[in-house]
Amino acid sequence: MWRRIKSSQAFAVFTAPLSIKNPVSVLVLGICSSLAVTIQLKTAVVMVLAMTVVLTFSNGILSSLRKIIPKNIRIIVELIVIASLVIVADQCLKAFMFDVSKQLSVFVGLIITNCIIMGRAEAFALANNPWLSVWDGLGNGLGYGIILIVVGAIRELGGAGTLWGISVMPEAVYDMGYVNMGLMVYAPAAFIVIGLMAWLQRTIISDMRKGS
Amino acid sequence: MKFLYRRLQALAPLFEKGGRFERLYPLYEAVVTIHFGSSDTTRGRVQVRDALDTKRFMILVIIALIPVTLFGIYNVGYQFYAAIGEPASFGSMVMKGLTVFMPILLTSYAVGGFWEVLFAVVRKHEINEGFLVTGLLFPLTLPPTIPLWQVALGISFGIVIGKEVFGGTGKNFLNPALTARAFVYFSYPAYLSGEVWTAVSSSASRLVGYTSATPLGVAAATAQPQAVTDALSEAGYTVMHCMIGLIPGSIGETSVLLCLVGAAILIVTGVASWRTMVGSVLGVVVTATVLNGLVSDTTIPFLGMSPLWHLVVGSFAFGAVFMATDPVSSPDLKPSKWVYGFGIGVLTVLIRVVNPAYPEGVMLAILLMNVFAPLMDYSVAEYRVRKRIPNGL
Repeated sequence: MWRRIKSSQAFAVFTAPLSIKNPVSVLVLGICSSLAVTIQLKTAVVMVLAMTVVLTFSNGILSSLRKIIPKNIRIIVELIVIASLVIVADQCLKAFMFDVSKQLSVFVGLIITNCIIMGRAEAFALANNPWLSVWDGLGNGLGYGIILIVVGAIRELGGAGTLWGISVMPEAVYDMGYVNMGLMVYAPAAFIVIGLMAWLQRTIISDMRKGS
Repeated sequence: MKFLYRRLQALAPLFEKGGRFERLYPLYEAVVTIHFGSSDTTRGRVQVRDALDTKRFMILVIIALIPVTLFGIYNVGYQFYAAIGEPASFGSMVMKGLTVFMPILLTSYAVGGFWEVLFAVVRKHEINEGFLVTGLLFPLTLPPTIPLWQVALGISFGIVIGKEVFGGTGKNFLNPALTARAFVYFSYPAYLSGEVWTAVSSSASRLVGYTSATPLGVAAATAQPQAVTDALSEAGYTVMHCMIGLIPGSIGETSVLLCLVGAAILIVTGVASWRTMVGSVLGVVVTATVLNGLVSDTTIPFLGMSPLWHLVVGSFAFGAVFMATDPVSSPDLKPSKWVYGFGIGVLTVLIRVVNPAYPEGVMLAILLMNVFAPLMDYSVAEYRVRKRIPNGL
């Protein structure tokens, strides 16, 4: 069973964006929101959830419509689908997680312009069947998520000494003279952390290629 | 020396290809070249023949830094005893300065050296002497009260993100020492806010929480009816004071006079560009003069600080002489050096005067102009190419 799953096309489509085709650290897409929402872990996780849901559904819907969308107006059709999904996600957040929604402010709405979504729609959903497209959407959403969550954890831990709003740095460390790193609260810190992760990942990938 | 040379020679097979410590060859190479000079020569056809290689170049910078370093050590001790109000002999001041400065310097060298060696081993290149300069420049830009772990983090950031990420010495577009300082500056602003330097306090002394404002802090805090010059003289600062440098401040930057000595060494030996330095002085003078003309009753008095004061306070002299002239991160062509230096001067004064959040602007000015250095060189080259008269006309 596991071997059958592993050799299936859907599995390959799903796992590629988690590692060697990661949308953020390898393809360098969706950087804007990665900088904006990663000050805290919580906002990062909520953003990832919203993004993954929108991406999965938009890929699935656009893929099932791919044969009837006229080529000339496909961008507009894509935008309509994505925008509707984003509005649904935004309204859900406002209804059930108002505080987080306020913190994320405009960035949930800006999922519409996230290059990962348009990119996957153009590059994958319009050329493949709905089954694979859904897996591709899920994989890219989670690949985006891995980076955002790690960056969010690093920035919250460094900048405020907390994780998910809970203080995790022991008092004793502060007594010894430790001070929170102010730089982590600024957006450039996200650039630096993402840059380091991209560096690490590319080194690992190139080592893997050399090895195989 | 002969004995040492033989010992090192005997060790060579261990580090050469096939030896047990082959991976650590850069470390061995560094030890040998520090003591005996390198026997490597350029092979093949050589276009540029110059005795001034990277090693000699960097050592000359270190020699130029010696006066400010020694004075900085003395000044730290001087400020300490001045702050606790005890008379002290010259010797005890120097001792105090050494006990403060040496741990910072050693931390900087040890941690920075660790990264340098790590990258040299992994990437299989030589350990570069540029690191010796960075590791000395960085502590000189820090206040004496900086905690050592911040020094360690700062130099790590400077070496790894400022230099090694881009491929090591010669490929960095920012000055690594300033990158390190910028990291500490933005991460732990309370420790080097520039406005108030806490004088050195030891647990044994009565001195806890003594603060004293630097000239820039005084100037920035001056309120309307008073003129900046009056406020400065009230706080006990004269131009002469700031020239000599027995004032609170970062360890190496207080003495303008010794910075000029360093500048003389660097210019005579041809290591640093006098165009950059003169350009930046011009930039400060022009901008300060323009701002002086804008002074009215409603503006902050800081606008009226004279160009001369701007040149002697803060770390402008240190930055312009030792940081701005970094051969890697500054532009290469003569016209772009003028523009680059001028830009540093202009930005320094603007950041000091117009932006109340940052009392000192030299660091940010140099880093910003570093970013533009390649563009300046490119523009100058393009301009020259366009001026050529095509053949056959």
